[in-house]
Amino acid sequence: MMDEVFKALADAGRRKLLDELHAKNGRTLGELCEHLAMSRQAVSKHLAILEKANLVVTVWQGREKLHYLNPVPLNEIYERWINKYESRRLAALSDLKKILEEKEKKQ
Amino acid sequence: MNEKKFVYVTYIDTTPEKLWEALTNTEFMKKYWFGSNFETDWKIGSTIKETQQDGSPGFQGEIVQFEPPQLLSYTFYTESEMKTQVTFDIKPQGATAVKLTTTHEGYEIGSKDYQSISEGWAAVLSSLKTFLEKGEPLSLGTWG
Repeated sequence: MMDEVFKALADAGRRKLLDELHAKNGRTLGELCEHLAMSRQAVSKHLAILEKANLVVTVWQGREKLHYLNPVPLNEIYERWINKYESRRLAALSDLKKILEEKEKKQ
Repeated sequence: MNEKKFVYVTYIDTTPEKLWEALTNTEFMKKYWFGSNFETDWKIGSTIKETQQDGSPGFQGEIVQFEPPQLLSYTFYTESEMKTQVTFDIKPQGATAVKLTTTHEGYEIGSKDYQSISEGWAAVLSSLKTFLEKGEPLSLGTWG
């Protein structure tokens, strides 16, 4: 399962798809295609790979197939190499980086 | 659509019966839910109440669906949050594994507990998986 997760993540287009779902979850194929410079077939193929890796989950709502980002496999990777005492320090570092880089942009 | 929904899928090497037991036996729940206490009789319409390990109140809700060993659903609300609903759907996956789909719906976009609940579920489900597969929960401490 973990091999499939890393393979699924090793593609910029698929990471962009996850970004799109992270920004707005529960979207149809059509809605996702509107925001991406990829053919419908390519998006569909990428979604199938993400679904096989359990990074995307689909739910039927009436006649619409909605796609949801499933963070469970990513959480497993996180917990494998990051322990609970580190997580607060890492969050603080990440916040610091965001604040400093935001300032750079504004200047 | 102006409400948020989370859908989490996790595969666990266990049986539907054992997973059901882990989701509905309050002694087991305590083990992977970071020491929280739960009070409920699991009857449809009955309340369910969580008290966290440090004694502070957790969520409260009512039992909506109770169909062993397949479907469990209860409403879920905290003091600062609107009423939401969580559903656990259990499906056998092959001979030795179970697919658990956890859905949490009813959030309004931008609600303040959104992020903490999202992270909370990922941690609880991961701990549940470890508990069932290895017999012990992850030592992650408390939520957040």
